[in-house]
Amino acid sequence: MQFTADDDQRFWFYNSMHFPEPMCAFDMITAEAAYCALGSSTTRVFSLPTTLGIDYRIVNGRVYIGGNAVTDPAEIERRTHEFQQRAFYYYANWESLYAQWKEKMLSLIKDAQELEKVHLPEFEPLEHVHAGRGVASNHTLIDVYQKTLEGYFRMWHHHFEFLLLGYGAYLTFFAFCKKAFPEISDQTVARMVAGMEAEIFRPDEELRRLAHCAVELGVDGHFIEGRSVEDLMKSLKAGGSNGSAWLAELEASREPWFNINVGDGFYHYHRSWNDDLSMPLSAIPGYIRLIKAGESLKRPVEKLQAERTQLIEDYRELLSSDDERQAYDQMITLAHRVFPYVEGHKFYCEHWYTNLFFNKIREFGDLLCTHGFFKKADDVFQLTHYELESAVIDLMTAWSAGSKPRGPARWPAIVQERRDAIQEWAKHTPPPALGPVPDVIDDPAIVMLWGITRESLNTWLGIGDGANPNEIRGFAASNGIVEGPACVVKSVEDTARLRDGDILVCQVTNPTWAPLFQKIAGAVSDIGGSMSHAAIVAREYGLPAVVGTGSATSRIRDGQRIRVDGARGIVTLL
Amino acid sequence: MTDSKHISWFKDIGLADRPHVGGKGGSLGELQRAGIDVPPGFVVRTATFERFVEFLEQQAPVRAEVEPLESGDLISIGRVSARLRERFEQTRLPPDITAELIHAHEMLSGDTGAAVAVRSSATTEDAADASFAGLQDTFLWVTTADDVLKLIRRCWSSLYSVESISYRRKLSIPEEGVAMAVVVQRMVNARTAGVMFTRSPTTGDRSVITIEGAWGLGSAVVGGEVTPDRWVVGKITGEVSSRDVSDKATEHLPAAGGGVDHVPVPEERRRTACLSDEELQVLRSVARKVERHYGCAQDIEWAIDRDSNSLFLLQSRPETVWSSKDPAPAAKAVADPAMHVMSIFGGKR
Repeated sequence: MQFTADDDQRFWFYNSMHFPEPMCAFDMITAEAAYCALGSSTTRVFSLPTTLGIDYRIVNGRVYIGGNAVTDPAEIERRTHEFQQRAFYYYANWESLYAQWKEKMLSLIKDAQELEKVHLPEFEPLEHVHAGRGVASNHTLIDVYQKTLEGYFRMWHHHFEFLLLGYGAYLTFFAFCKKAFPEISDQTVARMVAGMEAEIFRPDEELRRLAHCAVELGVDGHFIEGRSVEDLMKSLKAGGSNGSAWLAELEASREPWFNINVGDGFYHYHRSWNDDLSMPLSAIPGYIRLIKAGESLKRPVEKLQAERTQLIEDYRELLSSDDERQAYDQMITLAHRVFPYVEGHKFYCEHWYTNLFFNKIREFGDLLCTHGFFKKADDVFQLTHYELESAVIDLMTAWSAGSKPRGPARWPAIVQERRDAIQEWAKHTPPPALGPVPDVIDDPAIVMLWGITRESLNTWLGIGDGANPNEIRGFAASNGIVEGPACVVKSVEDTARLRDGDILVCQVTNPTWAPLFQKIAGAVSDIGGSMSHAAIVAREYGLPAVVGTGSATSRIRDGQRIRVDGARGIVTLL
Repeated sequence: MTDSKHISWFKDIGLADRPHVGGKGGSLGELQRAGIDVPPGFVVRTATFERFVEFLEQQAPVRAEVEPLESGDLISIGRVSARLRERFEQTRLPPDITAELIHAHEMLSGDTGAAVAVRSSATTEDAADASFAGLQDTFLWVTTADDVLKLIRRCWSSLYSVESISYRRKLSIPEEGVAMAVVVQRMVNARTAGVMFTRSPTTGDRSVITIEGAWGLGSAVVGGEVTPDRWVVGKITGEVSSRDVSDKATEHLPAAGGGVDHVPVPEERRRTACLSDEELQVLRSVARKVERHYGCAQDIEWAIDRDSNSLFLLQSRPETVWSSKDPAPAAKAVADPAMHVMSIFGGKR
């Protein structure tokens, strides 16, 4: 999806929230599938009154998006009529539809797990022949490839089945709070709505459980800070029946809870805990230390629940009339109703399913690499999914003809060229927006999913007050002020450098990062809002945090002293 | 500490006594009843004022001098004001009142002869509907019984200041009902003092408390002589969403022979926050308690004692600016709760 001349008249903004780095060719499928599904939901399925879908364009690996607002009053009315028949049905039947959604997602995940491993034997296995299968292994390649893509596109449809409605109900309550209490912080509203048992807490809870198991089984001595995963595994295996018992507990946690990746699901190289155990396992020594120091690692769910109830009650009391209180009750009830989906869907979609998807593509990478298409299996991600299909067909054909595929002569040079391009693109800061800036941004999808308003655009585009060059602004995510050295983390490997008392500066955090919060004094992220993972976990740990700064990882030097003001959303370079 | 018709101790009065003890006195009694720390004290009741006015009327007319004045005729008002104030301040109190006040002051001031504040407490002042706060006088750090007696009369006379008279004439308030009580209260030797509002003065938000404070006695803040430090604190969450530490050039401190000195703040303290985060939270919790007690937003004066670090409230009155213009509800209940989402999806924002 490249820009064409017609696009110059439209307003586009860089979706740095989901796509902070230049995309490689294959990963662009994440944009294609996501916008395809998002648009069907808003335009056709629920008929959002004032907006159609989102268009996207890619230039230099950067994803730009633009809304399609509906402005004709008659059309808005027509769409409103459709919307209410559809969306209100979902709100009224949320629990049962969501239960059905989970079943659909789990069966989709099962289908993906059961796809055959891609493999080309020299001869078709004898048992296939004797069974009269009548379809040769090269056909399996295209079959599995197409099913892999089909499942991925389907996953995104599921992803958006509830998302806009869920965010909409939350934002309804949010907007009410901002009107009734103009100075209420985003995080306070978030705290009133957030659940306590969401899936995003589970991976970290599993690590705490495993730390407890290690102590109970008396194998905690094996967990030494800095020890490699291989050494640890070897030592545990040699550690008698208790060592094996702990490893069995580990296996129980891994499926499904280690299926979280270190990103937000849009880049193939954001691997999961299951793919790289070093991340989760490195947190266990710290947890063991806490257990031995007599601290409880159990999240005080009941206490948190009671605090949330109290918070809701206290704000309710401040409202000016019973009528207003009744509206408040209606809105928060609706927000609580939709929230399990808003909090839970990512685990199933962006994490679990996405891991399966990219790992399946890796299998194709391995196979094509074996047949000389690539120097490294990972090169497969430098092809678009269309090109990859042609490469697969190329291999299928060559395998059947007994001749040589053409790919090995073609792809390595292209792969190299594209790798170089991405490296170059990454050096340049893309303009945050292109085209004429609209006066108002009233597209609920854009406001909801990206938090983009005319005010935030002004900040991005440098319109208005001259900002303090030593200040970086973001969303106030978790209250408190802290000063300390920044540890700028750009990859999982970097997290090994985190020292106690560091302030974590990262592009995005997700459930994978929760264990790191035991070490740090504060957190700053490029991406995320007040309901983002970093914000939620920081509040639980009582750590000051500013999220959604857009540029913290590029503007803060590693080791630099910074101050994080989590109540005001300001990071100051000292 | 028995009551008489001339004075009432704080513990014995509340808001309902306002017609007799004035707004300030009633509010201080009410706060003490609600379990809030206020410096101990008593109120010289309006009946005492009235007895004194009658005493003066026997010599020459008082109220009849004021009644015919035009609110715009500042020259005549000025002449009458000067004459009446002179009489209030120069005439001695009847002996029985004098004896009673000296006794009460002794009990309040104790063996150490602790300093007191003498504060006017008008019956119209501090009421939510007719605030003319600040039109009457307050005298700080008074150390002798003689001065207390003199200053009570000075407070009374402030009811006949040019501003007060012309204000009353403008609103055609009949002179007959005009009376003033006077609060006599132990001074707090404040390290830090200031004011707070239990809603935002800028947005009217009821979920935040705005706290302003500066070094020394609160008179520097109330009188606008120093730009106070300013915090916005979440009423429920305790989050400090805004903190502005200002350059506090002066502070009011007790003078050696009574009264207040205006002293330059030493360089190292000028730009230092005058409250710690813990103190902000203590203020927040007291503010909530007071607001809950009254059932409406409050405008509060407070002080933190230099030696004990204890917090005292010096005054609390209903907030008047936002309460009088409360906007329409943020939303109203609807038959189908899902309809609320149209505020987001309907494009009517």
